[in-house]
Amino acid sequence: MPTIRLVFAGLARIVMKAKIIITPKKAVLDPQGKTVQSALEHMGYAGVAGVHVGKYVEIDLAPGTDRTAAQTALDEACHRFLSNPVIEDYKLEIE
Amino acid sequence: MNFAVLQFPASNCDQDAVHAVRVLGHAARLVWHKDNSLGDTDAVIVPGGFSYGDYLRCGAIARFSPVMQAVKQFADNGGLVLGICNGFQVLCEAHLLPGALIRNRSLQFRCEHVFLKTVAHDSPFTSQIPEGKLLRVPIAHGEGCFFADADTLAQMKASRQILWQYCDAQGELTDDANPNGALEHIAGICNERRNVAGLMPHPERACEPLLGSADGRLIFESMIHALGQKPAALAA
Repeated sequence: MPTIRLVFAGLARIVMKAKIIITPKKAVLDPQGKTVQSALEHMGYAGVAGVHVGKYVEIDLAPGTDRTAAQTALDEACHRFLSNPVIEDYKLEIE
Repeated sequence: MNFAVLQFPASNCDQDAVHAVRVLGHAARLVWHKDNSLGDTDAVIVPGGFSYGDYLRCGAIARFSPVMQAVKQFADNGGLVLGICNGFQVLCEAHLLPGALIRNRSLQFRCEHVFLKTVAHDSPFTSQIPEGKLLRVPIAHGEGCFFADADTLAQMKASRQILWQYCDAQGELTDDANPNGALEHIAGICNERRNVAGLMPHPERACEPLLGSADGRLIFESMIHALGQKPAALAA
C-alpha cells in the first residue's frame, strides 16, 4: 500500500505557521496610514475612512510543535519583542 | 571619570561620543554589545546609529543584547546612563525610560540644527545648563517622534521627567520648531529616579566651536559634575 503510506507521511509533515499582524494603536499618530489614505483619495478610491499601516510577521514552526505551547510562547514573544505594547497592538494566529 | 560607550552592530555615533568625552578631558572606551560586563565605569553612553539595522523597530533587538543586561544592572544601582538618538530608542525599548519613539510626523528623515529648552534643571544631565539658556544642537533621525499614553505623560510631568523640549530661537514652542511631531515638543526625558536620560538630538556633535556649537558640552558637564568632578578646561 505505498500510496496510503505516502499520504500519512505527508500529513505528519504538515508545517504550522504563526501569522502575526502588528498595527499601530489607535491613539498613536500614524503618518504612514494618513499619507496612504490621502493617496488613495487622490487616486479616486472613494469611501476610505481610515488606513493603518502595520507589519506582518510569519513564523514557520518546526514539525511536531505543540500548538498550545507554541501559542503561549509566541504570545509572550509578541508582547516582549515582536510588538511594542506602548505603541502597537498585535493579533496572533497559528494555522 | 570613565565613560563606557556601547557599540552595537551599526552604531555610528559611538566614536563621536568617545571623542566628545575626551575633549572634555575625561576617559572613554567602547564596550562591545556581546560583553556581559561594563568593567570599571562611572557613566554609560548608549550612542546613536542604526543598531541591528533598525530591524523590527528601532532599538528592539539591541535591547536584548548581553551588554544591555549589564546596563540595566548599572542603572538599577543608580549609575548614570545617557541614550542619544538610537540610544534613546534602545533605552525606551528596554523600559529604562517611559514611552516610545515613532516615525516622524513628516515621514522625512530630519537632519538639521534645532534649539532645545531645558525644562528641568534638577537632574544629573541638566544641572550645569544656565537658566534660560537655549541649546543649539543637531538632530539626525527618521523616528524621533516621542509618544506616551496620557497616564504615562501625566506621571512624567508630575515627576518632572521632561528634560528638554524643541523650541525656536526665541524659546517658543511653535509647531515649526518641532522637527518630528513629538508629543508636547519632547526632545529628551529622564526616568523617575533621574539617573537614566535619553534625547533625540546629538550633544556629542556639538562640543567644540569648530563644529558650529559647543552647547552640547553642558549636558556632559552636568553628568561630570554629578559624578563629583569638575570638567577639565577645553583642550586647545
